[in-house]
Amino acid sequence: MVHIKRLQEEGTEILAVVGEIDASSSIELDLAIAKSVGEGATKILVDCGALEYISSAGLGVFMSYIEEFKDKNIHMVLFGMKDKVTNTFQILGLADLLHIRSNKQEAKKLVNELSV
Amino acid sequence: MNYQYNIGCSLENLKGVRDFIRTSLRGHVASDVILNEIILALDEMCSNLMIHAHHCNPDHHIEMHITFPQKGQVTFEIMDDGEMFDINHFHQPELDNLIHEKRKGGLGIRLVKSIMDEVEYTTRNGRNVCRLTKKIA
Repeated sequence: MVHIKRLQEEGTEILAVVGEIDASSSIELDLAIAKSVGEGATKILVDCGALEYISSAGLGVFMSYIEEFKDKNIHMVLFGMKDKVTNTFQILGLADLLHIRSNKQEAKKLVNELSV
Repeated sequence: MNYQYNIGCSLENLKGVRDFIRTSLRGHVASDVILNEIILALDEMCSNLMIHAHHCNPDHHIEMHITFPQKGQVTFEIMDDGEMFDINHFHQPELDNLIHEKRKGGLGIRLVKSIMDEVEYTTRNGRNVCRLTKKIA
């Protein structure tokens, strides 16, 4: 079960993910990202502070946007992950393919640098 | 100690699988990170079976057993009656291809193989048995 709250802050879209993302709920993450993109967001921060669990279905959602974001010059940075969640990204080396920062301040700094 | 859990093949039940494993391994696995890895691998195995072998039919059931055959080791057995889906014979797409083709899949098996020490398949009483072993100390 996952809840995703969307908010805008200084031209940046923030998606706060609360709960667990598995094969039954990954569609929620996909829809939230697609909606942000559809509404023209080019800077997206994903707040993972309350993300308790993610399985391959959720990882796959993030992976699936990598090319599209490159083409459309959209930048996404994930931040605030718990150690156990960071580990899930690291097992397959996905942490190197995505932008991940430890806190919101660093994430914001990076997304702004990438968007220049 | 042995633990057993029966699961209807609905993705909604994955949360219950994770809770069952967490409860069963309480006191056996000290690290929250390792516990999460084990839960992840089993979640991936069950969701694969539910989707590919049972087409998410909630009337189909998977059975899971957890045993501790020796100190510092945990074994999971997953039993079902569907078509056998042996991840050891599954062709793993390269990560680059996954990105390129925008496929939202193929990562789960890779995770299971990275996390678990052994994944073996047999049949018992006409049922498929997948046995996964992990060192926990």
